[in-house]
Amino acid sequence: MSAIASAWKKLPWWVEPSAVVLVLTVFGVYSFVAIALFGGEYQQFVSPFYSPEVPLPGWMPGFVTAPMLVLWIPLGFRATCYYYRKAYYRAFFWDPPACLSKAQQLDRPWASNAESYRGERALFVLNNVHRYFLYASIIVVAFLWFEAFRTLFGPQGFQISVGSLLWFLNIVLLSAYTFSCHSFRHLVGGNKDCYSCIRGGNARRKTYNFVSRLNARHPQWAWYSLFSLLATDIYLRLLQAGAITDFTIIHFGG
Amino acid sequence: MTEGNGNNPGNVTSRAHSPVPNEDLGKSGKTAKLKIFRGDSEGGQEVEYEIPLVEGMVVLDAVLAIQAEQAGDLAVRWNCKAAHCGSCSAEINGRPKLLCKTRVEEYDGEEIHVHPMRAFPVIKDLVSDVSWNYEVSKAIKPFHSSEQAPFTMYEEDVERLYEPKKCIECFMCQDVCHVLRTHHKHAEFAGPRFFVRNQWLEMHPMDEEDRLGDLKEDNGLGFCNITKCCTEVCPVDIKITDNSIIPLKERVASEFYDPAKWLMRKIRGNGSSRNGN
Ligand code: SF4
Ligand code: SF4
Ligand code: FES
Ligand code: FES
Repeated sequence: MSAIASAWKKLPWWVEPSAVVLVLTVFGVYSFVAIALFGGEYQQFVSPFYSPEVPLPGWMPGFVTAPMLVLWIPLGFRATCYYYRKAYYRAFFWDPPACLSKAQQLDRPWASNAESYRGERALFVLNNVHRYFLYASIIVVAFLWFEAFRTLFGPQGFQISVGSLLWFLNIVLLSAYTFSCHSFRHLVGGNKDCYSCIRGGNARRKTYNFVSRLNARHPQWAWYSLFSLLATDIYLRLLQAGAITDFTIIHFGG
Repeated sequence: MTEGNGNNPGNVTSRAHSPVPNEDLGKSGKTAKLKIFRGDSEGGQEVEYEIPLVEGMVVLDAVLAIQAEQAGDLAVRWNCKAAHCGSCSAEINGRPKLLCKTRVEEYDGEEIHVHPMRAFPVIKDLVSDVSWNYEVSKAIKPFHSSEQAPFTMYEEDVERLYEPKKCIECFMCQDVCHVLRTHHKHAEFAGPRFFVRNQWLEMHPMDEEDRLGDLKEDNGLGFCNITKCCTEVCPVDIKITDNSIIPLKERVASEFYDPAKWLMRKIRGNGSSRNGN
């Protein structure tokens, strides 16, 4: 792992922003197609893009599909996430694209004057709503845990299959991402200066330290959970298309 | 320049406390070529120097050898030669580095370009004028407690304060920050080093001052777009963005950008959540 990390550091500075643009664009296009055009269910499996399922009110215009009523939550969560902010400010806005002096000279190539920079003081001050997306995302995560458990109950009864493992892996990674959030870290203890002065302080501090440890890997959780979302949805599409069958590892009863 | 602490930044490979003595030079039979910026605030250019390479030598050794033998008027600032005082900050191949902590061998096969820090006015050659930082520092509300020191404090309440205390004030984070370096917001933006300091003050269990308003307005916390270059260059590995800036942004958000908190304060009728105590 550290070998990969040090090799990554040796690459030219533009590799990282380009890779981010590529991955986020592919993910964006894929998920848009998935929710706009196809259904998200196969037997006991529900695509993570399709949960929780909400009924689509009749007055909605035709291009709106059910998952769109929910997906703005995880989308907003990621779009205002401190880590993804770094990633897109660098990769899409080139503000700055990387830290090297050479790269910094290319900062916001379209801006006519460098002093016009406002950072997160103008439009991007809106990113401060991040905590509200966190609150909503916790509810979505709860639904996805429910979906993961539901995959254990197939047409032939209780069983553990490759698909179930994938659904569980996905929700574990999504939970790690959600609960390593900086706003969550603030909420559980970052907002306190003195744990010994408050009721339940010791528990607060322990939770804070645990979340801090998770938080140190927040960028990794952000990417792993993005890939697991993708993998889970693709697996479901392959099942739907009949290209693969879900391999049952253990089957109980029946 | 340090804030006084006993922490060891480690990784110091320099053997000498003064320019490498003559009889040591040339032992490896190889040479090192350095292109060093010579000039001042008006401008200047790189000048190439070649010196015998001594195994384990740091860039500061090389610069001092050049100063001793080839360019007596070459200006460079240094002090401890132990990665502790934060004086020898400069830019090597476009990246801020402590000259005394960076080995020449790291650049095996690459050209070595040594420049002064670019976010501040250059005085001469490798020395830039960092005094702006001291002005910013003075403007930050100092530690204030109504209790008399020494305080009784518990480990669990101060464990978060060790990290910001490691700062050696090398100002390399200030140098690499695009808000200062590229956008020249020196008048409106305090810079990462002073967010580290503010975090220490704000999270201190005994401090009673409220700096969130200053952080938002005078210190321009919102200019930081958390792109983490400061964290990448910190020689004592302070996770500046994750552990200082973002926690402060969260506190500023609670105070100024959270509608529910705002409403609650209106109902309860007190002005501010203040110190998080
Ligand atoms: S994270 Fe903020 S303070 Fe640090 S270098 Fe980037 S913009 Fe500057
Ligand atoms: S925070 Fe790190 S990089 Fe910035 S001045 Fe302190 S030691 Fe130097
Ligand atoms: S989810 Fe990334 S910081 Fe909140
Ligand atoms: S000379 Fe003191 S840090 Fe390099």
